[in-house]
Amino acid sequence: MSNVISVRGLKKSYGSTQAVAGIDLTIAQGEIFALLGPNGAGKTTTVEILEGFRTRDSGEVSVLDTDPSIKVSAGRNWRNRIGIVLQSTSDAGDLSVQETIAHFAKYYANPRDVDEVVAAVGLSEKSKELIRTLSGGQRRRLDVALGIIGSPELLFLDEPTTGFDPKARRAFWALIEDLRKTGTTILLTTHYLDEAEALADRVGVISQGQIIEISTPALLGGRATSLATVSWLSASGPKSEKTDNPTALISKLSADFPGEIPELTVKRASLEDIYLEMIGGEDGSE
Amino acid sequence: MGQNKVPSALTIGIARGGLELKQFMRQRESVVFTIAFPIMLLGIFGSVFTNELTDGVTFSQYFVAGMIASGLVNTGFQQLAIMIPVERDFGTLKRLRGTPMPASSYFIGKVIVVFVTMLIQVFLLLIAGVLFFGVNLPTDPAKWFTFTWLILLGSAASTALGIAFSVVPKSGRGASAVVSPVVIVLQFFSGVFFVFTDLPGWMQQVAAIFPLKWMTQGMRSVFLPDSFAAREVAGDWETGRTFIIILAWLIAGLFISIKTFKWDDKL
Repeated sequence: MSNVISVRGLKKSYGSTQAVAGIDLTIAQGEIFALLGPNGAGKTTTVEILEGFRTRDSGEVSVLDTDPSIKVSAGRNWRNRIGIVLQSTSDAGDLSVQETIAHFAKYYANPRDVDEVVAAVGLSEKSKELIRTLSGGQRRRLDVALGIIGSPELLFLDEPTTGFDPKARRAFWALIEDLRKTGTTILLTTHYLDEAEALADRVGVISQGQIIEISTPALLGGRATSLATVSWLSASGPKSEKTDNPTALISKLSADFPGEIPELTVKRASLEDIYLEMIGGEDGSE
Repeated sequence: MGQNKVPSALTIGIARGGLELKQFMRQRESVVFTIAFPIMLLGIFGSVFTNELTDGVTFSQYFVAGMIASGLVNTGFQQLAIMIPVERDFGTLKRLRGTPMPASSYFIGKVIVVFVTMLIQVFLLLIAGVLFFGVNLPTDPAKWFTFTWLILLGSAASTALGIAFSVVPKSGRGASAVVSPVVIVLQFFSGVFFVFTDLPGWMQQVAAIFPLKWMTQGMRSVFLPDSFAAREVAGDWETGRTFIIILAWLIAGLFISIKTFKWDDKL
């Protein structure tokens, strides 16, 4: 399968601050890739270089077989193939949801059906309302609608669900699953671990401008093979034991109890535990 | 997928013009400010100064010429130099930059908004002037010809300069406070509110650098009798010089816009 994004040795500094300190990354067609990291780790800088908004100091970058920093090749036809959902946008709200999306559809060669996109982001009931009457979460869904209206092959989502309530977040995840089915490649930045776990095929953890690890959510940081904690209620009260062999422990326990082992749980480290360990507690910025 | 071509810059630009006009009409403040405010001013000045400057030339007649010239500056320079920083602050520009919309379409849209609002403003000023303040419209076709090129050239220069000046305000919120005083001072210096030749000499000289003075003088050549030309600074309408100076400002505005325009503050 061909790579939609490939990055080698990417570097970028602002003055004396090294924002991106040598990143290598490849994302395959149809993949959903999550870039995880604390604020200031270099996520947004990296993504904005890929989007062609920022120049780089050094390294090779190819996005849809195009160098985003070269204006001639990364022009309108290239932009026609990508969708961008920026971190924060607050347009003047004097247009309705439907008017705005229908207008953006005119920029693209092969736009999706406007009503279908409105429905996909769950704004059908708000379609005729002015943007200024929308809640924060609804505005964010409008942002996503504008990102996907051009039927992009590659979609950038920069912290798409910040400020969503749990229900809106679930609905958003379902939308991304639908996009996955259409074969859209998605690069997502987030600092919600559960979001990365629910959506991403692979996760890259970025810290201080470098990628510490790239893996699937299930295997990140040796998570699958980390010690499991088995807890249960013994005759003398609650007990728990860390083991790298939980199955053996449970079969031993099941011999001790006549029926069910009371309050039995087996827990591995959560993605969040692993992540916090990896970035060394830097995520205190929020 | 992928058979269709991206729409042309002109097609998108016209769509943007339509969209921006719709937004304009829905913002009550901007409609009042751009369209009703000049007519209010005309009403106030026309009622306060009822004297005749010379035989058959009322102050209202003089003032209407100045207000139409100001209209070119209000709808172009002032409107854009305030609106664009707001759009930059809101992230509207950055979002547009991420789409296949070419930069030229954005500017075509702005030109459409400026031109339509300018025509509405000028038309309403003329009607109000004729109906309430006894303003006489010219009958000589040559004067209407001057009027037409003044409006086209003046509006174009004003638009280009508004885009050029849009990098000056540091934020959208403060844009109005930065831009409006520039316009108001220029209006005083350029003989919009007072008879230009009554102003102190240094003020006249400062005003002569900027295009509004020339637009105002050009509009007087349209709305005042030719006998009044003797009362201008040069004793003449200076039509050729007016054309050249406004054209020079148009070229300067275009050049600066192309060199300095920013889609995002932080990039």
